[in-house]
Order: sequence, then C-alpha cells, then structure tokens
Amino acid sequence: MVEVENGSSLDIGEIPIVSYNQFYAEVDRLMENTSVHCVSYYAVPSDDNFTFYCCLADDEEHKLYVLGHEQKKENVTLPSLTSKHYAFHCFEREIHENFGINFSDHPWLKPIRYPANRYNQHNVIENYPFYSIDSDELHEVGVGPIHAGVIEPGHFRFICNGEKVLHLEIMLGYQHRGVEELMLTKHTTLRRSILVESIAGDTAIGHSLAFAMNMESLAGIDVPDRLQLERIIALELERIAIHIGDTGALCMDIAYQLGQVACEALRTIVINTTQLWCGNRFGKGFIRPAGSGYPLTSEVARQVLENMETVEQRYKQLTNRIYTLPSVLARFEEIGILTPKQAHLTGIVGPAAKASSHKRDIRFSHPFQYYRHLEFLPVVMETGDVLSRAMMRRYEVEQSIELVKLLLKKRQSMISEEVPKPNYSLQLKPNTFSISLVEGWRGEICHSAITDENGNIVHYKVKDPSLHSWMGLALAVRNQEISDFPICNKSFNLSYCGHDL
Amino acid sequence: MLKELKILFRHGKQYITDLEGVELTPLFRGRPEIATTITASEAKELEALCPTNAISVVPFSINLGKCVFCKECHFYTPEKIRFTNDHKIATNDLNRLIVKAGDRDAIELDASLVRKEITSYFGKALKLRQVSAAGDNSAEMELNAAGNVNFDVGRYGMEFVASPRHADGLVITGPISENMAEPLEICYNATPSPKILILAGTDAISGGIFADSKAVNRGFLSKYHVDLYVPGNPPHPLTFINGILSLTGRLKKK
Ligand code: SF4
Repeated sequence: MVEVENGSSLDIGEIPIVSYNQFYAEVDRLMENTSVHCVSYYAVPSDDNFTFYCCLADDEEHKLYVLGHEQKKENVTLPSLTSKHYAFHCFEREIHENFGINFSDHPWLKPIRYPANRYNQHNVIENYPFYSIDSDELHEVGVGPIHAGVIEPGHFRFICNGEKVLHLEIMLGYQHRGVEELMLTKHTTLRRSILVESIAGDTAIGHSLAFAMNMESLAGIDVPDRLQLERIIALELERIAIHIGDTGALCMDIAYQLGQVACEALRTIVINTTQLWCGNRFGKGFIRPAGSGYPLTSEVARQVLENMETVEQRYKQLTNRIYTLPSVLARFEEIGILTPKQAHLTGIVGPAAKASSHKRDIRFSHPFQYYRHLEFLPVVMETGDVLSRAMMRRYEVEQSIELVKLLLKKRQSMISEEVPKPNYSLQLKPNTFSISLVEGWRGEICHSAITDENGNIVHYKVKDPSLHSWMGLALAVRNQEISDFPICNKSFNLSYCGHDL
Repeated sequence: MLKELKILFRHGKQYITDLEGVELTPLFRGRPEIATTITASEAKELEALCPTNAISVVPFSINLGKCVFCKECHFYTPEKIRFTNDHKIATNDLNRLIVKAGDRDAIELDASLVRKEITSYFGKALKLRQVSAAGDNSAEMELNAAGNVNFDVGRYGMEFVASPRHADGLVITGPISENMAEPLEICYNATPSPKILILAGTDAISGGIFADSKAVNRGFLSKYHVDLYVPGNPPHPLTFINGILSLTGRLKKK
C-alpha cells in the first residue's frame, strides 16, 4: 500500500502492484477496521493486461491508501472481495460488466448500468435478471423506469407480502451517457470541465471541484487561498440548497404543505444567491481548473451573508415546527432504518452514513481546499431512520450556514489576493496517478486520473457517492410498508445519473 | 396553527405576481449579442474553443440549441460577445435559435408554425408528462421549480402529471440515452393525440456535451415533430414558462 494525500498525485510507478493473493490479504486486513472503507476500485485495460487500482480510506486515521494488482487479459477469474466485504459488490460488478472479469464467489454479480461499451453486448437492459421468490403468498411490484414525478429514471422491483416489502431490487443504467469514455475523447480541458458539471447536474460544484483538484495536482500547481475558500463557500451553498429542498420534499410526501412551500421558497433564495454570484442557479461555470471567471466581489459577498442570515432564521423557525409536530414524527420515526452495521457492510457514505452513526465526511477525514484550515467536525446521528436522515439535513444546513459566515469573515483578510483566470492549457505531469475526494452534499465524490508518458489523460475514473448508497436504500425499506417507500427514497435522495455515468 | 401563521408571516409573499415582467440578475446567461466586428481569425479561434460546437464561422453565429452557456466565448472576446440576462429564448423554430453577429432582436416563436389544435385545445389548461432521458437532474429540478411557490405555473392551469394517459404532451430532458430510448417511445405512444412535444435544455435539443456519445440514441427525435425548444443548461423556469405561454397563445399582448 502506498499512502496518498487527498488532492495529490504521484508517479504511477510508486503504486505497488502485487499478486492478487497479496492484494486480497492486504485489503482484507485493512477492511477489518470499521473506520476503513473502499473509495474506488477499478480496472484499467492495456494491450495485454488489466491493471487494478484500489483506494481505501480510513476515516479516523485520516489516511488514504492505494494498492494495485495486475492480470493477464485472457479469461480472468478471481476470488471476490465481496464475499467477505459486501461493500465491494458495486466495484466488482462494474469491473465484471465492463471487462468480463469473473469473481468466482461473488454473491450478486449482476449488471450495474449496461454501459455502451460493456463486455457482453448480449446483456441488455430489458432482460435484467431480477431476484424473485416463487410463492403464492407474495407479489411483485415494478416501478419505473419512468416515475410519477419530474425525476430521473430507474427501476424498482419490490417483492411484497401484502403491504410489507420483503425485498427491493434497484436496477439502474437508464441514465448512462458514457461520461468516462467522453472524458478521454474530449480533448480540451474546457470540454472536460463542461462534462463533469453534468455528471450529476445537482452536484455541479462538487464534481467539478473534484475534477479541478485533479487537474491542478497533475499540473503541479496550487491555487491561492482565496480561491480555495470561495470554492468551498460555493460547495456549502450547494449543500444548503439541496438539503433545504430535501426537507421540503419530505414534507410534501407526508402532505405537510407548509413545510414544503416554505422550503421551496428558502431553496430559491439560496440558489438565486449562487446565480447572483456566477449567473447559474446550479453553479455551472463557477469551478474551473486553476482559477475562476467569477471571483467573489465584496458586493456579492455582502448579499451572500445577508441571504444566509435570512435563511438561517427562517429555516430554524420552520424546522423547530416541523420536528415537533406529532403528525410528522409519526411518519418519520423508526421508518426505513439502516442500522450502523448495515451501513458499514454496504460501505454507505454521506448523510445516510452519518445518520447511521458513521463519522464519515471527507471534510473531516481528508480535508481538501480551505477545509484544511478549519476545525471541522461532522454531524453524526444514531438511529438511521428517516427522521435521523431528515434531522441530519437540518443540522448540516445550520452547520453549513455557520461555515459560510465564518468563511466570509476570513475572506476579508484575503481580498487583496488575486483570483487567477481559469487555465485550460495546463501541462500535466507524465505517467502520473492523481486522486481527489470532495464531500458533496450526497457524500464522498472521488475522481482519479492517470496520464501517459506525454502527460495526456489516458484514464479517468469517476465515483459518485450514490454508487455505494443505493444498496443502503434497498436495505432500509425491508419490512416497511410499501407506502413508506417514497419518504425512504427522499430521505436518501440518491443520484441516478451520477450512478449511471 | 398560530405557529404556522408566524412562519408564513416571516416568509412573506414569495409568489411572483408578474411572471412576464421579471428581470433576472445581470450575470444570468441568456440571449447573447455578438458584435459585427468579430474578425475571421477570432471567429476561427472561438469555433475551436466552444465546447459544444455551438459557434459557426460564416456567418458568425451562436446556436443556442447547442450552446451550454459556459460564457467562455465572452471571456475570450469580452468586447465582442456578451450574454444578456434576457431569459426569453424558447422558440419553435430551430433557425431562430441561431443568433448571428449583429442580431439584437428578442427570440420569439414563429406563430405560423404553431399547430392550430395547440391553441384551441391547450389554451386554457395544459397537463404535461415529463420524461428525463439521461438528464443530469438540473433541468428536472428547474421544471419542478416552475410549479413551486415562487413561479407557480399552476396559475395558468399547467402542471406535470404522473401518467402519460392524462397528459397533453411530453417534456423531454437529457440527451436521450440508448437505455432510455425505448421507455421514451413507449411513453410517447401512451400519450393521447393531439399531443405536444417539448425539448427542455440544451442536452435535449442537440445532445449538448453528449452529442457524440456512443451511449446516446437520438433516433426518437427524427420521427416526431417538436413543438417547442427551451434552451439552457439547465433552462431557467422562467424560460420554460415563457415558452409555454407563447406556444399556447397566452402571452399578454404588448
Ligand atoms: S457560451 Fe455557448 S457559444 Fe460560447 S463557448 Fe460556451 S457553449 Fe460555446
């Protein structure tokens, strides 16, 4: 294992490539520790070989490890890590689907997103192998891909006993657009910057920050503190806006209309603040490698502060009401529980992990950009039910508003610092591996890149937090009434396109 | 109850009374204006720079159906290209999405292309089914926002419905992935005629940054008539609302 820093790069030759047995033993040993989880694990094909890279993060020790192994290209079958550590299921499924590599004792080696360049073109989304139970007592309910709302497509297949959900299988892939391949075929840095903003458009800031960090570390440059600080203000605004929107969406699903409309209005204030700053309500165009076209002006900074104060007061008053209403609590409490153990086994990240007692937050465990200068402690809740995921948002909004206010204050001593313009012609280091993690509002985003001997990007891997977390939703609805599915789903609010890429 | 009233009181009036009169923040990236002084060499460089091939050289123009509003062409030639905050950029004619050097006019619908049944059937109420076909969820969120407490498109008798059977038309977002091509077609066929078809967002109109992806299948669009194009990345709720109002003949006469 080699230790790396978040947002850094290293010579590709420094990553130990060991035998699979050794790799397995090493990963197994680290994963025994409950504070360790897999951040990314993927295969990179070359002419004759597959080289695998695995990155593990230790939340408590603040460490990030990378290790690899290599296999000849013909008929690879490997003992699966998933059989011991379930959290690997999505990574091994992805590797299997992309390259036809077999994992001999994988319990759930199913397609994950039906990418255009999948190994087995006979596998088509229409005949996904759903799990089923042969019984006269049970029935199945299929929902999607197109849902009864203005949301992204995905298919949910429930096996129910009466109203009770025994099993939910989530089948995705409808949103696949070939992002990772396009990252290679789009040759200019500007094109790639646009592309990463659409990995998940609701997380444009989060994903484009992960990309910018990679480009900067590959080019060997540091951006000024002021820009690092302004970037994380934007990231926190993104989090605040979505968390407030989610609070409203949860209220909508239990027909508490005041909560819904008040949150809608508050979210509008936040995204309009982002729009005032950079001209786009989702912050598209703001984060760029090496600089920004939208340095925060003092005038806008004042407005950000004013809006934060307004939102803070109103959101506090509102959530005080929401979470004392018996009719709300009755719907949220002890519904959709994801136990701490399940959260660990499935490798969940983000608010869902924190709501199930895991202190897993990149801002704390592997701070990046200006978080490095802050003492940040994540909000952690215990019960893992819908209520704790809802409350998680409440406390995170409050925390993020405090953060933004603090950052705005710190910014005042930096205004003389120049914010550079974006640089789209960065010279990247040759034969280099880079990795960056960003705590977006959904949790841990990971991007990693590899360059060739000329400094061209030859591999780009994206991991959206949803990749881990969909399984958490599937487990949380077990033994629940099927009618509680919508609030369970909203309480996770995972990404379809981020998962499907 | 008293507490609810207090909350309402503190939030004040959030409803925008005059949707047609709203002016967005100066930095909003809406309809571009291009100076006629763009030189041939600048034009070539801008063409190469544009991430989605929205720029054509002769005559110099920006195609809003392809533009992702990144504003990089402005940063490159700040004196010659600027993005105004005019958000009313929806139209039913692809040619009208092409803004040429010197163009200053508002983008409007071509009334002669609007099918008769649209105004007669949908002039008072319009129910739409939205299909996200690999949209990145920003356009979807903006369409949802069109119905929220601020914009309240419901005031015009417009809303998004759950079933295509109840819908008067479809609003597509996203570049249309191969994996969504069939569900989209099924949904379209399940919508009763006469139905309208709207493409919301640059991804939907041209594929945007995904236009050349192998995972995208835009065959659907070559088969059916599109009634409205709503550009944007994502389209602003007001761009969408304005487009719908023009299409159904509901805009106040100036
Ligand atoms: S703003 Fe539009 S036309 Fe200008 S560079 Fe970006 S995509 Fe191209």
